[in-house]
Amino acid sequence: MKKPIIIGAFLTVVTAVAVLFGQNPDFTVNIVGTGGKPALAVIEFRGAGAAQQYMAAFNATLNADLQDSALFDLRPKSFFPKSNPQAATDLRPEDAGAGYALQDWAGAPVNASHLVFGYAAVTNNGLFVLNGNVYDTRVKDIQSAKMFAQNYPDAVTEAGAIKVAHAFAADIIQKFGGTTSLLNSRIYFTSNREATGQYGTEIWVMDWDGKNQKRLTSLKGQIADPTISPDGSRLAFTIWPGTSSPQPRIGMVSSDTGRSYPFYNQEASINATPTFTPDGTHILYSSSASNEPQIYSAEINGRNFNRLTSTKGNPTEPKVNPKNPDSLLFVQGFQNEQIYRMNAEGAGIERLTNGEGEASNPAWSPDGKFVAFAWTRGYQSGKFNIFVIDIGAPQKYQQLTHGEGYERNENPTWAPDGIHIVFMRTVNRGSPQIYTMLANGTQVKQLTTQGSNKYPVWGVK
Amino acid sequence: MWIRNRNLTQTASVLLGLALFTAGCSKRAPLPPPPAASNNGGPITPGNTANPPGFPTATLTAEPNRIEIGQSANLSWTTTNANDVSISNGIGTVSATGRQSVSPTDTTTYTLTAIGPNGRTTATATVTITSPPPPPTPVNTRPNPMGTLSTRVDSELKDAFFDYDAVSIREDARVSLLTDADALKRIFQDFPSAMINVEGHCDERGSAEYNLGLGDRRSSSARDFLVQLGVPAAKLRTISYGKERPQCTEADEACYQKNRRVHFSAGQ
Repeated sequence: MKKPIIIGAFLTVVTAVAVLFGQNPDFTVNIVGTGGKPALAVIEFRGAGAAQQYMAAFNATLNADLQDSALFDLRPKSFFPKSNPQAATDLRPEDAGAGYALQDWAGAPVNASHLVFGYAAVTNNGLFVLNGNVYDTRVKDIQSAKMFAQNYPDAVTEAGAIKVAHAFAADIIQKFGGTTSLLNSRIYFTSNREATGQYGTEIWVMDWDGKNQKRLTSLKGQIADPTISPDGSRLAFTIWPGTSSPQPRIGMVSSDTGRSYPFYNQEASINATPTFTPDGTHILYSSSASNEPQIYSAEINGRNFNRLTSTKGNPTEPKVNPKNPDSLLFVQGFQNEQIYRMNAEGAGIERLTNGEGEASNPAWSPDGKFVAFAWTRGYQSGKFNIFVIDIGAPQKYQQLTHGEGYERNENPTWAPDGIHIVFMRTVNRGSPQIYTMLANGTQVKQLTTQGSNKYPVWGVK
Repeated sequence: MWIRNRNLTQTASVLLGLALFTAGCSKRAPLPPPPAASNNGGPITPGNTANPPGFPTATLTAEPNRIEIGQSANLSWTTTNANDVSISNGIGTVSATGRQSVSPTDTTTYTLTAIGPNGRTTATATVTITSPPPPPTPVNTRPNPMGTLSTRVDSELKDAFFDYDAVSIREDARVSLLTDADALKRIFQDFPSAMINVEGHCDERGSAEYNLGLGDRRSSSARDFLVQLGVPAAKLRTISYGKERPQCTEADEACYQKNRRVHFSAGQ
């Protein structure tokens, strides 16, 4: 049984094409909606004079942004005509066949619906300026075919060229109805790079595409399960402090500076796996303050805590539906932990997964309709893969990763665009690394390579 | 009869008193006070005009008068009008004037007795035995052959191992924890303020978050077992590390078993 499900904010614009992913899924996550992907022919941009040295970085960034948006079918450059326009004045319908006519791009073998072209130059006042254009190849009249044309100035540096590429890509995505939230987003994770001690880790941050990786904290402890506030300003996490009181507790820092915020931890052997409520005013977490771990809620500083559960199943990993604060997920159960659902008062507990294997790490999609999680269904114990379930029909699922041999895929969280997922993958007993993929399991990209990198979370900034 | 004789005596005393009072009023040199009530009273010093002429006198001193065991003090004495002089505590008869070294083992008071034709007198001197100061009190009165708390914990406490996904104390873990209980009691005797961490660890299977709870249950299970054996609960601190701190990283049962454990470490 297959049930198309639409995600993403741009679905009203694109036309219908249903794409199936995974191996015999119970439902289909349709990334592009019901209209198919616009087919973009993106020329290899060139620069005049001093601008040329930065064009490789510009072209790589532009293509990556457009590719990662999952919005477009980028046509192979090997199909392109020998020549291409660099400025709007280069478009000459009368010279069809040479690459200067839009119809040269609309027809076979390119088959592009839109042509993206332009060039860069350094101005007399020392700016790197891109002239970017997008034209609809299927419209004969040149003026009518112009979707937009704009200049983008920045510094005459590689960073300036990359920034211009991001801006141009963001405008293209927006013109086609996509969300640009991804381009300013950042991914936070733990890493043993620049950490203290054999087991020490710190929180690191990188751009959504893996660039600009840098250490955020200097807590000199061991950190796990960071989570980010809805506004992207705070990170909460589990930490084993490198102090005389090493029991795991909850810490909180600024996502900009890495500086700690005070957080009151209950007297307990475990205070762990925090998560923010959608309004950002409260924290939910697991604590053994009453001997066995239970789910608690507290104000954002840890005060005025309140116990929600009274179960024997070691409940942990509470997650609040971002669109419905009265719908909570958590994980519990011994020997085959499963994902459960309950309301904000801790009542109405029901199992969400079907009892097979071990299910952990639930993560709500931004629209609150889907849950990504790690599951060993169909694999040996501990061999997790990433799955997605439709919260409206939880017995239906889609498997996004298919680890072979020793491969584990865990800790998925969604990007703010609701299209991408970041997760942790461990291959052949190597160090775990951070990867991203589309929510249908395609376009898998490895973002980290150095050190041991775990527990990713995707913030809006 | 007894009463009548008493009255006569009283009458004589009154008359004698009146006579003496009358004599006093005539401003003649007063008579010296009467001699000490007994001859074995306090020391008699030269010039003591209480003694009548020819009465024996005696002095006895000890120098130093405070010594430690094994040291000596000198007794020095002088007497007059005595023809029989002796000192107690085993010294015996001595000359009228003399000096002698003594080495008592306890505080001893020496008494010199001088007897002469006109009486008998005594003098005393005490030699006090002082104890040497005790050595400084050691921090630990018991020898600590293993050194620091950490080395004691590492060398004397054994890990307790668990079955897969289980928290119950199996037989080999029970044996280990029995030994650990005795070792912990010894350690707490030598380090009264010590705190011991009871760490719960897990193998790599299961999610990190699940294993955090599993490790907590393992450490609590071991802690409870030790407390039943008399180990003070307040000195045991349970810590779950889940699967965050593995002993080994191979994907086989031998490695998994090494990681499914309760381990002890020195706290603060």
